[in-house]
Amino acid sequence: MIEVRLFATLRKGRGKIFYLEADVCQNGSQVLEHFSIPHEEVAIFLINGFHSSPDSEIHDGDVLAIFPPVGGG
Amino acid sequence: MTDLRYSRNIPSISEPEQQKLQESRILIVGCGGLGGNILSQLLRIGIGAITVIDGDCFEPTNLNRQLLCTQNTIGLPKVQAAKDYARQINPDISVTGLYTRLNAENCDELVTGYDLALDALDNIDSRRILAKACEKASLPLVYGAICGWTAQICVLMPDTAVSAIQCLYPPGSVLTEPSCLSFTPAVCASIQAAEAVKLLLGKPSELMGQLFTIDLLYGDQALIPICPVSRHSAQ
Repeated sequence: MIEVRLFATLRKGRGKIFYLEADVCQNGSQVLEHFSIPHEEVAIFLINGFHSSPDSEIHDGDVLAIFPPVGGG
Repeated sequence: MTDLRYSRNIPSISEPEQQKLQESRILIVGCGGLGGNILSQLLRIGIGAITVIDGDCFEPTNLNRQLLCTQNTIGLPKVQAAKDYARQINPDISVTGLYTRLNAENCDELVTGYDLALDALDNIDSRRILAKACEKASLPLVYGAICGWTAQICVLMPDTAVSAIQCLYPPGSVLTEPSCLSFTPAVCASIQAAEAVKLLLGKPSELMGQLFTIDLLYGDQALIPICPVSRHSAQ
């Protein structure tokens, strides 16, 4: 099982925490595709708390945290 | 003896600390939702000198969230409204308003002569310029940004400002959500102001190099390291 935590505007229309079967997505890009999140809407992509590329492989038990750019003032 | 105006600051901060704040010089870049609220907080706590930079005038779309935007300030330069507001709240404080936009040509000059700067901007390009100028001037930067129901804040020391902004806004980043609610800038600005005061007084902060994010819709928060650390190099 993979845990996916979305933050800020990425929650809109999607939700906050999701659990995916490990065989559904093999890398971060496939996770983004699963949630229909364009790459340019991702600023920070954490795997188990470490900054990672969305191209990184993901494995059973991983916890992903995905943050969009937030820039208003 | 502390001025009655600041008597309720004591003993949360000591009298020597209050004096230190009154001798401090702060730069606020941007005078919209964040900048107006930051200004209000810093006027009330008693920062000695504050400069606010903004090149815009208030317009009706600012009314929903920008503290200094009222029916009477529509059309006024935001920095003029800031100076007028400051006189009403605390006339003892020297407030300078610079009606200009920070850019690559003027940034080095504009960030000179302060103890720290607060990023209250609303666009990625200007944030990059400010971070670079602060890094060059060895000026600590208290970053804040908002969107909808969410806010994020970080304290950036001079040697990390540029890389941190690069982390927050990778090349090609797109801001998709134009809305912002009334309470979001107030929350973000309050935390930025608190972090600025802590920096001035030499108090430790969990937000130094870590991004604090708050979601007011879901009622949750997170604290994450901001400077990229490879999962491989960290193992």
